[in-house]
Amino acid sequence: MTKEQRLKKRYRAEKRFKMYGLISVSLAVIFVLILVQNIFSKGSSAFSRTMIEVAVNYDSSLLELEGPINQNSLKDADFYDLAVESLLKIYPAKDSKEERQILRLFSPDYEFEIKDFLIKNPNKIDQIVPVKITASDDIDQLNKGNFPRDLPEDRRRVSNYQLNIYDNLIEKEKIDKKFNNYLFTKGDSRDPELAGIGGSLMGSFFTIIICLILSFPIAIMASIYLEEFAPKNKITDFIEININNLAAVPSIVYGLLGLGILLSVMEFPRSTPLVAGITLSLMTLPRIIIPCRASLKAVPPSIREAALSVGASKFQTVFHHVVPLAMPGTLSGTIIGLAQALGETAPLILIGMVAFVVDIPSSPVDPSASLPVQVYLWSEQAERGFVEKTSATIMMLLGFLIVMNFIAVYLRQKFEKKWN
Amino acid sequence: MPLFAGTAFIALIAMCVAVPIGLFSGIYLAEYASTKVRKYSKPIIEILAGIPTVVYGFFAALTVGPFFRTLGESLGLTVSSESALAAGLIMGVMIIPYISSLSDDVINSVPQSLREGSYAIGATKSETIKKVVIPAALPGIIGSILLAVSRAIGETMIVVMAAGLAANLTINPLESTTTITTQIVMILVGDQEFDSPKTQAAFALGLTLFIATLILNYIALRVVKKYREKYD
Repeated sequence: MTKEQRLKKRYRAEKRFKMYGLISVSLAVIFVLILVQNIFSKGSSAFSRTMIEVAVNYDSSLLELEGPINQNSLKDADFYDLAVESLLKIYPAKDSKEERQILRLFSPDYEFEIKDFLIKNPNKIDQIVPVKITASDDIDQLNKGNFPRDLPEDRRRVSNYQLNIYDNLIEKEKIDKKFNNYLFTKGDSRDPELAGIGGSLMGSFFTIIICLILSFPIAIMASIYLEEFAPKNKITDFIEININNLAAVPSIVYGLLGLGILLSVMEFPRSTPLVAGITLSLMTLPRIIIPCRASLKAVPPSIREAALSVGASKFQTVFHHVVPLAMPGTLSGTIIGLAQALGETAPLILIGMVAFVVDIPSSPVDPSASLPVQVYLWSEQAERGFVEKTSATIMMLLGFLIVMNFIAVYLRQKFEKKWN
Repeated sequence: MPLFAGTAFIALIAMCVAVPIGLFSGIYLAEYASTKVRKYSKPIIEILAGIPTVVYGFFAALTVGPFFRTLGESLGLTVSSESALAAGLIMGVMIIPYISSLSDDVINSVPQSLREGSYAIGATKSETIKKVVIPAALPGIIGSILLAVSRAIGETMIVVMAAGLAANLTINPLESTTTITTQIVMILVGDQEFDSPKTQAAFALGLTLFIATLILNYIALRVVKKYREKYD
């Protein structure tokens, strides 16, 4: 092998090596894009909801009202007969089997939607009014085009008869799409078209608030003590090693801790944001203490010496000068820690937040779900409608995380001083 | 025993994905990339670490799992839709940034004088990296890999959602296996008495997991720290 050949070979190896690096970086970046694109393409359709317009005959004789017609009596009235009467009129049915199929075009809540419309417009009684009613999940998916129509009938969830009605309604322009406000206002449900993340949103909110209240003061005080007041000896070294190790312990172990101590020994109520918040704050504490200490360490000693030399006490030096200067770093560390806590699922599953909760929690001691747990719960469901709901929940969750991380980065860049 | 084997197996698949991609990304970002490429691609790769694991689990279970199954069917293989391969692959993607960021850091902290010495005797850039920079940065790189392994062992949601539940002593990546974390979740979801043997088994598994990850983390942190002091 001549000198030139060797040189060429070495240069080729050089190029190859550089290519490997470039390929790895692009692979990682491409994967981020695939993941985001996949979630968004699945989830975006969950933000709209298919409605079917039905001419509802508000016949007061079907309501069996006693006494005068007012808001209260309407609230107590049974709208089932009236609703069924009007819904069945959208298409001729031969027998009770076909009637049931017609009713299955609508979400199980049609009775209440018809009732709510009348309570909002009490003057429409004894009139025939067009009302838009939420369609069932199957029709919703059909309308969004997620549904193969060419399968044989016994493998489809929608029968030929229902397809005929659907095509007929499309022709009459009775089918409409609107913004899905149920997604944000409703709690969990067995029916995808009625399920919303309202409950888990509140659950996550309470959890994060409790986590913040518990972990932020403790973390700041601990890091101030360790950085400014504690003597450097074996004990503080040991504590430091421990904190670093705790930050890397798997989150499921914290879930076991919450289950073993909070639920079984202290008997806190199961499935509540209170327990979730305490468990997550145990997990977040070391993850906040580490960046807090780093930002305190980054304040140069000259600041402390200057304050001490003009006669400030140690306490005044720390709290009037060092802590305010370290604040941007501590805040952004806290926000990033909380963002991790927000996305955490495994410990919450262990402390029983997987319960099926329909009601929206109004306080931290009500049972509830949280956003990531909701993703887990819905991903186990078989209906096609839950796939888009799950993706939409993930979009919300990622949205919150991006906002939190953005705030953290902004705080750090805007307010952090460079000491040189 | 099948539990530990399953855990180690899935972690191994994950490391097969994460170590090459993470290491080469780290090297490329530290040594070759222009500041502009670095400025944009580093945060994007770190997004991977910020995504909640339940999202990866959903992705693995709904997209990657079925994808492998159809791929396997077209090749004439039977692939379980909850395969260890899908879970391990996605887990590997999740821990790429742990390896790439840390190895990027340690490679950057290798003193410039070592590189210049190597260039001076006529080595190309890749030869310098392979023969000088990586050996110098090796303890830090190993530390970052150990940290990533401990992440992979403790990871719960991806395996719960994508790797199946049956404890299976197998080395076929296309079958479903289960891990310690999955087993803990499976035992403790549902209503059991707190002193039932099953619950205690779950706590014992949790303790094992805790000790295993603690040892890994301890070694990794010691190695990284010791190495950092050497060049200060």
